[in-house]
Amino acid sequence: MSFLRRRKGTGSSKSPNFVGSKIEDGDGKKKLFESPGKKWSCWDSCCWFIGFICSMWWLLLLLYNTMPASIPQYVTEAITGPLTDSPGVKLRKEGLTVNHPVVFVPGIVTGGLELWEGHQCADGLFRKRLWGGTFGELYKRPLCWAQHMSLDNESGLDPPGIRVRPVSGLVAADYFAAGYFVWAVLIANLAQIGYEEKTMYMAAYDWRLSFQNTEVRDQTLSRMKSNIELLVATNGGKKVVVIPHSMGVLYFLHFMKWVEAPAPMGGGGGSDWCAKHIKAVMNIGGPFLGVPKSVSGLFSVEARDIAVARAFAPGFLDKDVFGLQTFQHLMRMTRTWDSTMSMIPKGGDTIWGGLDWSPEGQSFNCGAKRLRNNSINNIVQNANLNLADNVKSVNYGRIISFGKDVAEAHSSKIKRVDFQQGAVNSVKLPNLTTSCDIWIEYHEIGNHRIKAVADYKVYTAGSILDLLHFVAPKLMARGGAHFSHGIADNLDDPKYQHYKYWSNPLETKLPNAPDMEIYSMYGVGIPTERAYVYKLNSGTDCSIPFQIDTSAEGGSEDSCLKGGVFSADGDETVPVLSAGFMCAKGWRGKTRFNPSGIRTYIREYSHAPPANLLEGRGTQSGAHVDIMGNFALIEDVIRVAAGATGKELGGDHVYSDIFKWAARINLQL
Amino acid sequence: MSLLRRRKATDSSKSRISNLSFEKDDKKDQYKSPQGRSYSSKKWSCWDNCCWFIGAISSVWWFLLLLYNAMPDSIPQYLAMAITGPLPDPPGVKLRKEGLTANHPVVLVPGIVTGGLELWEGRQCAKGLVGKRLWGGSFGEFYKRPLCWLEHISLDNETGFDPPGIRVRPVSGLAAADYFARGYFVWAVTIANLAHIGYEEKSLYMAAYDWRLSFQNTEVRDQSLSRIKSNIELLVVTHGGKKVVVVPHSMGVQYFLHFMKWVETPAPRGGGGGSDWCARHIKAVMNIGAPFLGSPKSIALHFSIEVRDIANLRAQAPGFLDKDVFGLQTFKHLMRMFRTWDATFSMVPKGGETIWGGLDWSPEIDSFDDSVKKGKNNSTRNTGQNTKSYVCNTKGVNYGRLISFRKEWAETHSSKFERADFKNVAKADEIANSSNCDIWLEYHEMGKKAIKAVADHKVYTAASVLGLLHYVAPKLMARGASHFSYGIADNLDDPKYEHYKYWSNPLETKLPNAPDMEIYSLYGVGLSTERGYIYKVATPSDCHIPFQIDTSVDGDSEDSCLKGGVFSGDGDETVPVISAGFMCAKGWRGKTRFNPSGIRTYIREYNHAPPANLLEGRGTQSGSHVDLLGNFAVIEDVLRVAAGASGEDLGGDRVYTDIFKWSERINLQL
Repeated sequence: MSFLRRRKGTGSSKSPNFVGSKIEDGDGKKKLFESPGKKWSCWDSCCWFIGFICSMWWLLLLLYNTMPASIPQYVTEAITGPLTDSPGVKLRKEGLTVNHPVVFVPGIVTGGLELWEGHQCADGLFRKRLWGGTFGELYKRPLCWAQHMSLDNESGLDPPGIRVRPVSGLVAADYFAAGYFVWAVLIANLAQIGYEEKTMYMAAYDWRLSFQNTEVRDQTLSRMKSNIELLVATNGGKKVVVIPHSMGVLYFLHFMKWVEAPAPMGGGGGSDWCAKHIKAVMNIGGPFLGVPKSVSGLFSVEARDIAVARAFAPGFLDKDVFGLQTFQHLMRMTRTWDSTMSMIPKGGDTIWGGLDWSPEGQSFNCGAKRLRNNSINNIVQNANLNLADNVKSVNYGRIISFGKDVAEAHSSKIKRVDFQQGAVNSVKLPNLTTSCDIWIEYHEIGNHRIKAVADYKVYTAGSILDLLHFVAPKLMARGGAHFSHGIADNLDDPKYQHYKYWSNPLETKLPNAPDMEIYSMYGVGIPTERAYVYKLNSGTDCSIPFQIDTSAEGGSEDSCLKGGVFSADGDETVPVLSAGFMCAKGWRGKTRFNPSGIRTYIREYSHAPPANLLEGRGTQSGAHVDIMGNFALIEDVIRVAAGATGKELGGDHVYSDIFKWAARINLQL
Repeated sequence: MSLLRRRKATDSSKSRISNLSFEKDDKKDQYKSPQGRSYSSKKWSCWDNCCWFIGAISSVWWFLLLLYNAMPDSIPQYLAMAITGPLPDPPGVKLRKEGLTANHPVVLVPGIVTGGLELWEGRQCAKGLVGKRLWGGSFGEFYKRPLCWLEHISLDNETGFDPPGIRVRPVSGLAAADYFARGYFVWAVTIANLAHIGYEEKSLYMAAYDWRLSFQNTEVRDQSLSRIKSNIELLVVTHGGKKVVVVPHSMGVQYFLHFMKWVETPAPRGGGGGSDWCARHIKAVMNIGAPFLGSPKSIALHFSIEVRDIANLRAQAPGFLDKDVFGLQTFKHLMRMFRTWDATFSMVPKGGETIWGGLDWSPEIDSFDDSVKKGKNNSTRNTGQNTKSYVCNTKGVNYGRLISFRKEWAETHSSKFERADFKNVAKADEIANSSNCDIWLEYHEMGKKAIKAVADHKVYTAASVLGLLHYVAPKLMARGASHFSYGIADNLDDPKYEHYKYWSNPLETKLPNAPDMEIYSLYGVGLSTERGYIYKVATPSDCHIPFQIDTSVDGDSEDSCLKGGVFSGDGDETVPVISAGFMCAKGWRGKTRFNPSGIRTYIREYNHAPPANLLEGRGTQSGSHVDLLGNFAVIEDVLRVAAGASGEDLGGDRVYTDIFKWSERINLQL
């Protein structure tokens, strides 16, 4: 950002200069060209010009560097009015100080990974970051990078001869890339009320592995247990406040079950470990019940942004101009990451809606841009009510439909052909696998099967799982060993002691810790992917045979269907339903999922885009990652860390209709 | 880098445009008026030449940079090989071929100065630096604001903790001390070689601590000792009960001695690990460059913040450092900062005259006037185990006198001169002028008489140096004395030795009860190491430090041990052999009162060989204090022990010096 601003500054100051000189001594210049004997050649003028630019540049740089640091702030204040205190400064003035130690659990993608052992092509990268930081090496040798970032297809661990390990310490996820903060703002604010490294712990883990494998390979869960115990011991018995973000939420659910489970499979902490060590779990943007985005990610490595790019420049990404086969490489890489399967929607039709119903109904106004407004909190409560009826035709329950008409018709009018029966015996085409040099399971499916998949037309959250099992049996077999996506009928069934159920809140009980508190904090007010319209890819053999149909648009401007994607309310990644349901209903009071009656609170933060560029990513953002810089959220976190309870924060803080939607979900509690 | 390249692209495109417009102007002018020629007498102005020149240089530079970046990585290696012949495998690769793999988890304990420190809370002047490194890394921010930096890196004079409103904390993780500054490795080479045989972050732990604080205060403020305990326990648990190999370096050695006592002491004062904690968790302690008994360098630092290098610099450019041309008062600022760091007291020589020698004897020298001339030997380094390391000619040198005023007193036998007692001289006879000095040092409270009295005492041994320091800096030493002790215990069972101030002194503590443990002392030899000093009284001015190393004093012969006012002995440039080796050679060897359970000790010396050429960087056979961490032989030993070898497997002691002979001369009750 600052780089851009600086360059812009010089650019603008330079050009008037340049123009001016042309006009003023227009004849002064020409004498140079005409000077006899010594010719002012093209090279000379190039050199002259570069030298001129450089000198100006250095001069300005010098000025910039000698400028006192306070000037940019004055400028900002002059433009935007006085800045509000950051929450850390504000709360420090209120007298809050460091109290409970804090544990951060980063989510998928945001944690850094570094190389400890690699192949020949990665020479000299020892202990350099492969993921996070600058990604500098990625640009130079992309294939080498993809090779090292991928895991072994069979074991789900590193391929032989490669060791990529998570970075540890607060630096693991403070910034994702240079200037793109993740935890840094929260850490800085905590530091203002007195936190430091001994009272904060970043539970970094290798987010590519399945949760249990992080323990098998790196003993990450054991480290987390030991570090939390150390934090409690060195802070005079004060319990920790855990702050997981995104997939870290699921990881920490897994941890809480693991730590209580007896020793060979679990941590052997005993059934009261959580009660003794954890004060509160403040989940930020928690995909408790998964995210539909992961389905499109697994199915065709597309999310909305990529799909749109593909639509704009169809040749570029598909035709493999450079022979790079970007998508297949990406798909291959992400598919080796077991952890992505933790995000597949859980709870099936009961939670996500069936063919003809969905819990959200038609209650989100996708098109309306909320007014940027400083008093937004006053009006937003009612903002959901001005809904147009143009969302009538949306049926979120159908997570994948083939064709827009199919997505909108009532289920009784759709004729579906069962893909599993119809095509199981189809012949594999021999030439498919041989001509493509990158192995993806799609190449083992024949054309018959692909057509059969399309003929089934509509998939709900329940049948999505079958679909994925059908198109990628090996992948799902590996995933099925580590994650489960169902709803438990009887939580006391001994099979639920297996670790694959531990990250699914619908198949586990919360720990026996009546004094603990669970918060779900998430952004709302941003259209979030909830369902897709797909089409068959006019198929060359080597490409991925399914694509989001970006030509499918809703009827009006405000429609929830845009570019083949149905949007619902959420934080751009996680729909409200997934983030809020457990705390709104599944765990509220004493339920079978929450036998000890742990108190739950929902804290929603309505999205307001940054007022101007100077604000960067905004202090009122509700987007999945940017919410970590949301002042209201930081204030809540700091208050709880300094000792407040959920009641003192003001209990629930809700903008969406999550309670209404949760009431529509018919789950036995 | 990318920025440069991008800028170039824009620049060249812009320049093309400008060329076009120039040409247009040109043509227009031609059409317009021939009278324009009248101006053409003014040719290339100086500015144009400058611009042209800068442009040409930049273009060539960018072009070369582009070529450099486009060059495959292997070319520099080919070049290096062509010049030096094939490079030897680094020890990690070599041992991996032998089949060694990661076995025991490894704990690294960094020394003084090498650990990074970062800012967590600061004053106004350090705005925007929260989370940045104050120490280590690039030091970038602090060239700009040195006084601000000094303010933040200094500790409070009374408490020994951070001043109010400032929180400077150690960096944690392997990054804390892998590189001290960009390109200057500390542990990075060791870590890389450990990684070759399969180590990774889960089996390596960097026990980073704030090296400015006294050892016990790191626990009080940061709970550093508790963290080390918890992390070692975690390492042992996650490795199926395999004990850790601890590798402390420099001051980390003493820190770890302190830790071993702390962890066994019951809970309120210690870690409450029980008396068998070390036996259960530690396989071996591999001390690298260990100042077990302190280092004379720290005396010079405390006394006048000088060491050899600074003293020489001062001698060559006397005006520059002393006259304070810029009014910066560099030395006093440095001294003030340095003196607030309690940890520096841990390096004061321990054991007094028993260890370091008295007025007329020292363990390293056969007898006072002995002029044993050892052969100057260039060929010795190749001939292996039996060679002695040789540093300089010890003729006329008496190492026992750590500080002497004037050369003749350094050399004359003690019976031939009188020494005046300085302690009874009142100090505060002339303090009127001290208000002129805006930097507070205890020297300003000393009067001229006191300074003269100090000089009249003429000669100080390791024992009387302590008295001297107590005299010139009483507040400082009072703070130091509450955290460190430098004596020799008569009776180790005396309950007073349960106090933490004795824990880092090997002469006042017992080793833990862990008969299976091993203690190594690995250190470099063959480099001249400061062992004693000749001082003079500085030309008086009230605001100066009144004592200076007398750099004009040199020995009689070319290779004399006395050079530039400094007596040198054998060692690794910082720690003399006697300090690094004595405990393992004699004090702890076998069952002694300092080592009741008979922990086995090994001495591993590494003879210094300078790097053959510039391409080798800091060398793979270096013996100097920090570069030793890149010595292939050291790394190989560490790797072998980490992979499971015992001291016997390594080949026991490996000695180049006369350390055993010297230890014999030290008359210490065992």
